[in-house]
Amino acid sequence: MSDAKTEWPLWEVFIRGQHGLSHRHVGSLHAPDAEMAIKNARDVYTRRNEGVSIWVVEATQITASSPSDKGPLYEPSESKVYRHPTFFDIPKDVGAM
Amino acid sequence: MATPASSTAAQLDEALFTFLLRMGDNTLVLGHRVSEWCGHAPVLEEDIALANTALDLIGQTQMWLGLAADVEGQGRSADDLAMLRDVWDFRNLLLVEQPNGDFGQTIMRQYLFDQFHLLLLRALQDSADDRIAGIAAKAVKEVGYHVERSAETVIGLGDGTEESHGRMQAALDWLSPYVGEMFVSDEIDAEMATRGIVPDPASLRAPYDAALAEVLAKATLSRHEGDFAHQGGKTGFRHSEHLGHMLTQMQWLQRAYPGAAW
Repeated sequence: MSDAKTEWPLWEVFIRGQHGLSHRHVGSLHAPDAEMAIKNARDVYTRRNEGVSIWVVEATQITASSPSDKGPLYEPSESKVYRHPTFFDIPKDVGAM
Repeated sequence: MATPASSTAAQLDEALFTFLLRMGDNTLVLGHRVSEWCGHAPVLEEDIALANTALDLIGQTQMWLGLAADVEGQGRSADDLAMLRDVWDFRNLLLVEQPNGDFGQTIMRQYLFDQFHLLLLRALQDSADDRIAGIAAKAVKEVGYHVERSAETVIGLGDGTEESHGRMQAALDWLSPYVGEMFVSDEIDAEMATRGIVPDPASLRAPYDAALAEVLAKATLSRHEGDFAHQGGKTGFRHSEHLGHMLTQMQWLQRAYPGAAW
């Protein structure tokens, strides 16, 4: 199992539950190519009628932020409450937003 | 139970009943065979995919044998037909009762049947019998996926490594003599065709061969010349020895504990 050539690549699976919602990451699986990844995703992740659309992305194609960069990436925004749109009075006529 | 008690065996629509057994026994036997992979498939993804296929086929069995039981009108249920008949009463093709063998043989058997199944169900959607057309309309969507998946896997493995190619070619060589039985028409097929209920199986041969040739070409597999066909499954005349062994597994619970339910 350590021989990488005998393993199919890993794919990340995203499913849209219903029209109007966005695709959500549901898990991953192995498949030899993108088309089989879609089929495998259909069989593994939509057998209980979970979705209307599937995206698959080869896991190696995803670029992720590094956990060690957490400080510079996210902490600066912690103290900037003025970026939240909570300082405006919304006219009643607008209704629910 | 569906028909009045006055109904007699003499009024049984024998041809229709037999046709429905053929449909239901094909899906039952293949469904059981495929379910034998549950927990044993080479990878998790295939394990679940095969289980899904098996469940689709068993679901179709409930519809076909349920209708068969209604047509028979003797108070038997789909479960009775599935679990309490012995080998000689089964009317499935010899192809579907063949053992799973290795994964390649299972997938080849699946594709060879799926392609036939799809063509047959498409035609049955236009059956003069609304009940049959209804079942076909529901099943054809499932089978459309089955054939897409099995064809692609045959191609992937056939046109794969030296080992996978060899195994797929061996599976094709082994299973080819079981293809012909699907297209042999007997008097029951003839009667069903005349009544507009079922297409003549022989009419499916040309589109089947064309589809098969295309898949095999992509899979770099070759079919031996010759049209020898093992027969005796759909007529019940002579099943292979494998079906009896399979039924001892499939039916043991109902045989050992008659009427058990959960």
